[in-house]
Amino acid sequence: MALLDIRQRSGYLFAAVMIGHVLLISAQVSSKRGVPVLEEVTFGAFAEVQRGAFGILAGIRGVWSGYLDLRQVHEENAALRDALGQAQIALQEQRALAGRARGLEALLDLRDRTALQTVAAGIIGATASPDFRTLTIDKGARDGLRQDMAVIAPEGVVGRVVMPSAWAAKVQLLIDRNAAAGALIERSRAQGVVLGAGDGGLLMEYVPEVADIAVGDVVVTSGIDGIFPKGFVIGRIAAIEHAGGAYRRIVVEPAVDRTRLEDVLVVTTPMTPEGPDGAAEGGGRAPLKDAGGGTE
Amino acid sequence: MKAAGVILAITIALALQTTLARYVVRGSTAIDLMLVVVVYVALTSGPVTGLLSGTLAGLVQDALYSGIVGIGGLAKTIVGFAAGVVGTQFIVTAPLPRFVVFFGATVVHEVVVRGLYSLLGLREFGNYASVIGQATGNALIGVVAFQLIELVPGAVRGRRMAKTRLRR
Repeated sequence: MALLDIRQRSGYLFAAVMIGHVLLISAQVSSKRGVPVLEEVTFGAFAEVQRGAFGILAGIRGVWSGYLDLRQVHEENAALRDALGQAQIALQEQRALAGRARGLEALLDLRDRTALQTVAAGIIGATASPDFRTLTIDKGARDGLRQDMAVIAPEGVVGRVVMPSAWAAKVQLLIDRNAAAGALIERSRAQGVVLGAGDGGLLMEYVPEVADIAVGDVVVTSGIDGIFPKGFVIGRIAAIEHAGGAYRRIVVEPAVDRTRLEDVLVVTTPMTPEGPDGAAEGGGRAPLKDAGGGTE
Repeated sequence: MKAAGVILAITIALALQTTLARYVVRGSTAIDLMLVVVVYVALTSGPVTGLLSGTLAGLVQDALYSGIVGIGGLAKTIVGFAAGVVGTQFIVTAPLPRFVVFFGATVVHEVVVRGLYSLLGLREFGNYASVIGQATGNALIGVVAFQLIELVPGAVRGRRMAKTRLRR
């Protein structure tokens, strides 16, 4: 049966015998390099197999190391993201500290420049009600704060103390609908009264029609109200309206951005109209505007 | 049985090659009786037997004469297989076709042997005219051998019949 198969597949037998002869010849013949052909061919073929195997292994190793690297990069990326987040938080803290330091520096500078006695206070709260624009500061009666003391900032006038407690005080902002202050135009010295508009802005009233005023003029405190010391900036004239009659109605843009306030100074020097105590006429202090009324 | 016959034929051819051939034609390489036997076996038994006998004869011949064992074996394997294929595909019973087969087989054998030697840089064969002479000698011997072998059974049978007639 096997012989029959061989006879039917003589081509295979022929090929096998031929290969056997070639191998036999190759084992005896040396190449030009002096190496037996069989050895050279075998080595060459095996070297190619080795090259292929090495290539496959190198590929697998490369893919695996790439995967590991990718995982490592992923973890490293997560760690870096975390570190970056912490760094950003730290940066923001540093910026906040720097801003706070700048604010305190400006406050200190203001304190040095003025002859008034002041108490520095930090803002610890605020109310956002449009009816009552107030702040809460961290200094109170124990620190010498009393009602109707002026609260100022390096940019200008903030408001007045309306309710001091032992350790804190409520400050009525000048932009409150019920707040007011005596004011004058810095350039022309035209006087009037600045009132809180209630919408975050200020209005200057009782300015004569004939007064020399212009948009952009700086409005400062006049000191006649007995609360705010004279010469502190209230804001700039944003618009001038003719209210009819003998006075103009002036829209003033506040100099102080209450949203950025962090620290303020409370003027503890007793004030009288036109200046600190003793320098003013009359000697009494009169609030410009109480909660239920005005200074008019 | 056939294998034993093939081996015996190869052995006889080898013995004749080493002893008698050089006296038949000029030179010891003028004829190749091993090749004649291989072609004969291939023509009478087919390609498988032809290639196996070619392998055996070639390897034995290489082992005895050639420096590289396998070159003659490879050449005779090719010749045996090809002759076997020719014998199965064509009717090769007349002297002329047999002559052509023997002649062609010798040429193919020499081309393969010389080509391999040249390819491997082992030896250069300059006299290609001797191939024709060798092919002619092998072909003649092969055809004669075929005729003789085919005549032997008839002659034996004729002598037996003649003896029987004389006894009567």
